[in-house]
Parts: sequence; structure tokens; C-alpha cells
Amino acid sequence: MIKLKTEEEIELLRENALLVSKTLAEVGKHVAPGVTTLELNSIAETFIRDHGAVPAFLGYNGFPYALCMSVNDVVVHGFASDYHLQEGDIVSVDCGTILKGFYGDSAYTFPVGKVSEETAKLLEVTKESLYRGISMAVAGNRIGDISNAIQTYIESFGFSAVREMVGHGIGKRLHESPDVPNYGRKGDGKKLVEGMVICIEPMINAGTKSIFMHDDGWTVSTVDRKKSAHFELTVAIKKGKPDILSTFEFIEQQ
Amino acid sequence: MAKQTAIEKEGKIIEALSNAMFRVELDNGHIIIAHISGKMRMHYIRILPGDKVRVEMSPYDLTKGRISFRYK
Repeated sequence: MIKLKTEEEIELLRENALLVSKTLAEVGKHVAPGVTTLELNSIAETFIRDHGAVPAFLGYNGFPYALCMSVNDVVVHGFASDYHLQEGDIVSVDCGTILKGFYGDSAYTFPVGKVSEETAKLLEVTKESLYRGISMAVAGNRIGDISNAIQTYIESFGFSAVREMVGHGIGKRLHESPDVPNYGRKGDGKKLVEGMVICIEPMINAGTKSIFMHDDGWTVSTVDRKKSAHFELTVAIKKGKPDILSTFEFIEQQ
Repeated sequence: MAKQTAIEKEGKIIEALSNAMFRVELDNGHIIIAHISGKMRMHYIRILPGDKVRVEMSPYDLTKGRISFRYK
């Protein structure tokens, strides 16, 4: 069942979303060659707690860290570790908060130092596909319209969209209905109604779409070990124009 | 954090159990118990040991599944 949110609830979700966006910017400042993902994790956790919120992922179904740190071929849900980031790596940072009973969830993929042209293209295309998906997120459209916009755009560059992981609704729980896949047909799926709040998150692989899960039960990697990018924004469905709750502005103005 | 959808896998029937349940060996070697989807029962799609089938699974219980398609 899809729970529709009132204006006030959307404002609370926006507060969460902005905090997550700021956290990502704070983490982004420290992304550099030589830094370990564990250090970034503790920076984020401190930042979130300093603002009176709680990291949402910590303990979610047993997830042990505040951030999902997915380096290079790891698609999503990577663990923070003492791995030192290297020049040319990409690291996807996925962050969530709980503030005033509501959840926030956003992700950004940072390049570490200077990355190859191909990798930069992957990041750029994935981010653009997210905005193309969001442009379809208006009342009256369907989930499939978002999915299709993302899929057609990224596949025109020869990249592929992960099938097993999808975006989701958000509210008083981290994962709510509906599912928002990154592939699909136009006009398919649930109709978007005013008051729905969804997280759109293209997970785009440079090579094959196939993924596998590591023995830890969380970390998901690409089968061919090629790089994978992941961007996520929270969007409230409105009439006429999508209302993007979280933002990458804080990250990009640095 | 991304949500995980039902996982679709392919496998081979190794044994027919009662109540339209089957033991299925997945391509990755795991053996699970799966039942036929309601739609397949409605259309009397018969399944025999040795058939290749598509199985849907939930990430929360990896020992059970739902047969959603029988390949020719």
C-alpha cells in the first residue's frame, strides 16, 4: 500500500533530505586519495548525530555502518573498511538519516582524484539519467515512465541498469511502496499521485547488468568487475513539476 | 539505500512433492522448495522432474521460491 504524505510530512521529509545532502557534502570534502572509507563513515556519523538525527542505515536489517561505501565495482551496500582510496577510484556514498520520525536517503558517487575519461562519462551519464527520471516524476505519469527514461538514456551509451536493486518509496520507514526500478516500459506500473514521496536511484554498470552478492550478505558487486555508479535523490510527486527534496548543490558548489 | 526486489533465478525440477510443490535445483547449485504460481495452476501447466523453470525468490527466505514459468 502506498502511503500518501501531507504537506507537513513532506516538509519533515525535506528536512531529512537536506540533512542527508549536507552530510554527503561534508563527506565529499574529505574524499581524497589515501583516506580510508572507515574514516569517512565516522565523519558522517558524527555530522549526523551533531545535527540531532540518527544514522538510518546503522542497524537497518543488521547493516553495521552509517554509510554504504561502494568502491569501484561494488554497486551498492558496501561496508566501510580500512581500504585506502586510490587515485582513479570512484566511491558511491549512500547516506540515510532519521529525524523527527521520518527518513532521509540520498547517494552520490565521488571520483577520487583524477579518473579516466570512461569513468567520468559513467558518472556524468548516471547523474543525467537521474535527472531525466525525475523530470518524469509528476502526478499523472506512471512509474514505468521514470524507469523507461532512465533505461533508454543510459543504454544509448552502452551502459546497463541493475535489475535486482530498485528505488523505493520513503516516509516513516526507509523502504516503502512503490518500487521504482531503473528499467521498464513506458506507461507500466503504478500511477503517480500527488503526495507520494519516492527515492529514484539509478545504479548503472559500465559493463554487464549482472551482479552478485558477497558472502557478507550485503555487498553487491558487478560480475565482470567493471565500475558501477549510483546517484539517488528523494522526490515528492506534485502536479506539473517534480519537487526534489534532497539536492546535490552542497556537493557541487565546493 | 537501494531496495532489493524478488530475485528471479532459473533452475531444474529434481523431484515432485505433494501439494504442487517441487524441489528445484538452481543454476548456482542450491536446492530449494518451490510452489507453482496460482496463474500456472489456473492454466493447468504441468511440470515434470527435469523441466527447466524460472523461480522467484524473496531475499529474506532463500530456501523457498515460487515457480513463475516453465520453459519448453
